[in-house]
Amino acid sequence: MSSQTLPPPKVIAQPPERVSETYLNIAHGIASWLLTKDHKRIGLMYLMVVTAMFFLGGFAITLVRLNLLTPEGGLVSADTYNRLFTMHGVIMVFFFLVPVIPAVLGNFMLPLMIGAKDLAFPRLNLLSWYLFVTGAGWTLYAMFAGGIDTGWTFYTPYATESSHYNVLMTMLGVVIAGFSSMLTGLNFIVTTHWLRAPGLTWFRLPIFVWTIYATSLIFMLATPVLAMALILVIVERVLGFGIFDPALGGDPVLFQHLFWFYSHPAVYIMILPGMGVASEVIPCFARKKLFGYTFVCYSSFGIACLSFLVWAHHMFVAGISMYAALLFSSLSFLVAVPSAIKVFNWTATLYKGSISYQTPMLFALGFVALFTIGGLTGLFLATLGLDLHVHDTYFIIAHFHFIMVGGMVMAYMSGLHYWWPKMTGRMYSEWWSRLAAMIIFVGFFLTFLPQFIVGYNGMPRRYHMYAPEFQVWNVLSTAGASILGVGYLLPLGYLLFSLRYGKRAGDNPWKATGLEWQTPSPPPKHNFEKTPIVVRDPYQYHLEKAQNEQ
Amino acid sequence: MLAEIAIFPPQASTTAEQVDKLLYFLVAICGSMGLLVAFLLIFFAVRYRRRPQDVGTPPETESSRALEWFWTITPGIIFVFMFVWGAEVYFDAYRAPDDATPIYVIAKQWMWKFQHPEGQREINTLHVPIGRPVKMLLTSEDVIHSFFVPAFRVHMDVLPDRYTSVWFEATQPGEYHLFCSQYCGTNHSGMIGKVVVMEPADYEDWLHLGAEGSLALEGRKTFLRYRCISCHSADEHARAPVLERLYGQRVPLTDGRVVVADESYIRQSILDPSAKIVSGWTDLMPTFRGQVSEEELIELIAFFRSLAQGGTPSRVEDYPAPVEHKTKPAAEQKNGKP
Amino acid sequence: MSSEGVVLTSEARQTLDGTLLVRHRLEEQYADLEQQHETAAFGMWVFLATEVMFFGVLFLGVEAYHYMYPEAFEAASEKLNWVIGGINTLVLLLSSLTAVLAVHYSKLGDRRRVMICLGVTALLGVVFLCFKGLEYYDDYVDKLIPGWSFDDSEWVREEGLKPVQVPHVKLFLLFYWIMTGLHGLHVIIGIVAMLVMLELARRKHFSPTYYSPIDVTALYWHFVDIVWIFLLPTLYLMGTHK
Repeated sequence: MSSQTLPPPKVIAQPPERVSETYLNIAHGIASWLLTKDHKRIGLMYLMVVTAMFFLGGFAITLVRLNLLTPEGGLVSADTYNRLFTMHGVIMVFFFLVPVIPAVLGNFMLPLMIGAKDLAFPRLNLLSWYLFVTGAGWTLYAMFAGGIDTGWTFYTPYATESSHYNVLMTMLGVVIAGFSSMLTGLNFIVTTHWLRAPGLTWFRLPIFVWTIYATSLIFMLATPVLAMALILVIVERVLGFGIFDPALGGDPVLFQHLFWFYSHPAVYIMILPGMGVASEVIPCFARKKLFGYTFVCYSSFGIACLSFLVWAHHMFVAGISMYAALLFSSLSFLVAVPSAIKVFNWTATLYKGSISYQTPMLFALGFVALFTIGGLTGLFLATLGLDLHVHDTYFIIAHFHFIMVGGMVMAYMSGLHYWWPKMTGRMYSEWWSRLAAMIIFVGFFLTFLPQFIVGYNGMPRRYHMYAPEFQVWNVLSTAGASILGVGYLLPLGYLLFSLRYGKRAGDNPWKATGLEWQTPSPPPKHNFEKTPIVVRDPYQYHLEKAQNEQ
Repeated sequence: MLAEIAIFPPQASTTAEQVDKLLYFLVAICGSMGLLVAFLLIFFAVRYRRRPQDVGTPPETESSRALEWFWTITPGIIFVFMFVWGAEVYFDAYRAPDDATPIYVIAKQWMWKFQHPEGQREINTLHVPIGRPVKMLLTSEDVIHSFFVPAFRVHMDVLPDRYTSVWFEATQPGEYHLFCSQYCGTNHSGMIGKVVVMEPADYEDWLHLGAEGSLALEGRKTFLRYRCISCHSADEHARAPVLERLYGQRVPLTDGRVVVADESYIRQSILDPSAKIVSGWTDLMPTFRGQVSEEELIELIAFFRSLAQGGTPSRVEDYPAPVEHKTKPAAEQKNGKP
Repeated sequence: MSSEGVVLTSEARQTLDGTLLVRHRLEEQYADLEQQHETAAFGMWVFLATEVMFFGVLFLGVEAYHYMYPEAFEAASEKLNWVIGGINTLVLLLSSLTAVLAVHYSKLGDRRRVMICLGVTALLGVVFLCFKGLEYYDDYVDKLIPGWSFDDSEWVREEGLKPVQVPHVKLFLLFYWIMTGLHGLHVIIGIVAMLVMLELARRKHFSPTYYSPIDVTALYWHFVDIVWIFLLPTLYLMGTHK
C-alpha cells in the first residue's frame, strides 16, 4: 500500500506553473525510473530493453544471412549456425515481437487513449517489467554461455533428448517472460474495462485499444499453456520422465499441439496490435473517419477467438489425422476473412481523403502492403495440398516474415514515429525518417521475395548448407538484408538525436483526434490535468474545423 | 537435373502436377486480389493526396454495411474453392493406391536408410521406377525428421516410434533432391540424399544387382530367430493367432473394437502386445520393445505382408515347441532365449 | 451483536470523520473506492482465467494419456490414498466457508470476527498441508515416487502390469506429483495471503467501505479450493478402488 499521503483529489485543476511539469522531469535519478509506477516510464523502459533485444536478434540473423552467401556455408560451423538461428528466433519472437507493441506502445498509450491516470495495477506493471528483464537476461545468459540449438520451436524429442545445449535455461527464461506477458495482459484487460473516461463507451474506443484488448485476451489464455508445456519439458529433461518421449510412452506430437496452442495465437499477439496502429495512423493522415469501424472492431475480436482454433495447421505434415487436417485447414481459411476485412477497410478509408505522407503514414501504408502479401501467401499454406510441398521450406520463412517483419515491425515503426512526439515532446527529422521508411521497404522486399521462390523450389529452412542452384536467391536475400539492416539502424540514430536536438512537438502535431493528443507532450505525471469527458465517436476528422474554432 | 539457378522445381511425379495446378490457381486468385488492393492503395494515395491549396478536411464518407458484407462474404466464398481443391490434393497424396509398392524408410541423425521389399538396402539414395506408385513407410530412430522430395512435391514428418506414410508415382527419369526438412540437430542440412528415378527396365536391372534376399525372407528369419513361431504356429498347439493373410485384414479385438492390421498395428502388437488383444485370445505375449530393432520390425512386417495361406513355417523346422508342449523338450537349449 | 456494534460504529465514524482514511486507501488512478474494489475483483477473475489454462494443460495431459493407457493409469490411481484426499476436500470446503464469512464480516466491519475467520482459513490451509504431507509420506512408503522411491518390479509382480506399462505408471505419477505439488504451492501462497490479511486487519487497515484485499484473497482461495475439487476425481478416483 502506498504510504505517501496525497494532496486533495485530482479533479481540481493544477496551478498554472505546474503545467510544464511532465512525467519526465518530475523526478530524476536512476531510482526514480527503476521504482516508478508510472506506465509511461515503464513503457520507455520496455522500449530500451526490446530495442536492445531487437538489435541482438538482428545481429544473430546477420551472421546467418552472411553464412548463406555460399552454398557450403563456410562462415560459421553447423553448430554455431544452429545456435545463431535459434537465438534469432527466440529473441525476436519472445523478447521482441510479442512484447513490442503491447508493452511499449500499449503501456504508454493505452491509459492516455482511454483517459485514465494510469493502468489499473501500476505495481503489477512494474513487476511485469522486472519479470521481462529477468527472463530476457536469463535467456541471454543461456545463449551466450553455451547457447541452444533447438530452434525457437523447441520440438520434442529433439529438445528433451538430443540437444546438448542450454535448453533448460532458455526455456526457463521464456517461461519467466511469459509470466510478464500474462500480467501485462491482465493489467490491460482490467484497465480497459474499468478505467475508461466518462462517456468513453466500448464503441467509442480507438481501434488500437480494441486490438490491445484482444491481444491481452490471447496473452491471458494462451501463455499459461506454453508456460506449462515448457515446464513439462523442463521436468522431463531434469528428471528423465517420458512425457514427450516416445520410448517411455510419451507422445512427442503432444508437445507440438501444446506449443502451437500458444504459438499460433502468439502470431496474432504479434500482428493484432500492428493492425491497431494502422487503424490509428491511416485515418489521421487521410483526415477521414476509419471506414467500417464496427467491422474492424469485430474482426479484431474474431481474429482473437479464431486464433485459438487453428494451431494444428502447423502440423499438416506431422502425421495428424487427415480429418483433423481438414478441420484445421477450413478454420485457417476462416481466420483469413477478418484479416481481409481489415485490409479492405484501411483501403476504403483512403477513399476521398486528403492524404499527406509524413513518416508514420509511409510506414502504415508499407504495413498494409506487406501485410496483404503476407496474408495472401498465408492462404497458400492453409491450402492443404500446397502445404504438402512448401511446409518447412523458405516459403514459410518468407510468409511469416512478411507478416512479422513486414507487418509487425513496419506497424511498430509507424506507431513509434506517430507517438514519438507525444512520448518525448520532440520531433525527429522528417527527411531522415522518410528515407529510413523507404530503405526499410525496399530492403524488405529484396530480402524476402527471393525466399518465396527458393522455398517453392524446395530449399528447407534451418539449412546451414544448401544446393548450389539456390545460391542466386540467397545472395539476393542477403543483399536485401544488409539494406534492411541499414534501414533499422537509421531510426536509432535520428530518434536519439531528436531527444536532445529535435524541435518541440507541441501537444498535437498531427492534429489527431484521440484523447492522448488532448494533453501536453510529454504528458504530466497523471496524464491529464483534468479527466476528459468523451462525447464523440473516434476518428471524427471531418469535424476538425469546428474543433479548431473552439 | 541440377540447374544453375532454380527457377521452378522439376515436376517429376503425378502429385507434382496436381500441386502445381493448385499453385497456379492460387497465384492467379491471390495475385489478382493482391493487385486489386495494390492498385486501390496506389490509386487512392495519388488521387486523394493532400494538395497545398486544400483547406480543412474532406466530408465524411458514410460507412456502407452492404459493402462490408460484400467483402466479408466474397473472400469467404473464394476460400471455399481453395480449401476444397487443396483438401483433394492432400487426400490424394496421403491415400496410397492399394497396389503401391512399399518402401521402408528409417531416418536417423543424419542419414536415410531405405529398404526395398525385394531386399535392396540403400543409404541416402533411393531408386524408384517411373509409372509405379510407391508408398514410403517412414519411421525414425531418434528425433523427428521430415521426408521431402521437392520434385515430387511430397512431404511427411518422420516420427520416432510410429509409422507415417506418403506415396508418389514418379513420371520423369532423373536425379532429384531428397531433403530432411524438420530440424534435427547439428548436421540437419547434411541429412540430404537423392532420389534416382529410372525407366522400369533399368529399374529391373538395378533390382537384380546385389540383392541380398528379400525383406520378407529376412523377416522370416527374424520371425524364427525371436521364436515367434512357438506361439504363432499354424498347428493345433498355437497359443496365438496364426498370422497368415493377416495384413490388411480387419481384426476384431477383445474389447469389441475392430482394427485394420496395417503397419502401425503390427508394430504396436510387437512392441506393446497387450494394447490390442485379438478377440478369442489371451494376453500372454511379452513385449519385444528394446529387443527388436527398427530394421527387424520392417522385415517382420514385410514377412507378414507376404505370408499367404499355409506359408507359416512349421515349428519343427528349426525351433522347438514351447516348454509346456512336451513333444521335443531336448531342443529347448538350442536357442538361449527364454 | 451489541459489543461488535460498538466496533462497527467506531470504525464507521473513523471512516466518516477522516476521509483521510479513504483517501489513504484510494490509489491515484481510481476515481473512488468502489471503482477500485470492482477493478481489483475483476483483476482477480481475469488472473484466475489464466490459472484455469495453466492447470488445464495438466488436466488435458492426464486425460489424454489416460485414454492412451487406461490400465496403467487406473492401476496407479488405485494406489493413491483417496481417504486422505477425501478428508482434505472437506477441510478445503470448510476453509472456503470461513473465507466467505471473512468477507461477510468485513462488510459489516466486525473486525474481531474477520480476524477469526481469516485465522481459521489459514489454519485449515495448514491442516490441508499437514494431511498432504502425511499423504506424501504414505506415498513414499508405498514407493510411489519415481526416481526416488519406486520399484518397477513390484508393479509387474503385484499389479499384474507388463513391464512395458511401468513407464506409463510413472507418467501418471509424474502428473500426480506436478499437479498436487502445484496445487500445494497455491495453497501455501493462499495461506501467506490470508496471514497478511490477518495482520492488516489487526492493524485496522480495513473498513466496511474498504475491504477489497480480503475479497480478492477469498476469491483466490475459492479457486484453489475448486482446483482441488477437480483434482480429486481426476487423479484419485480414476480407478475403481474396489
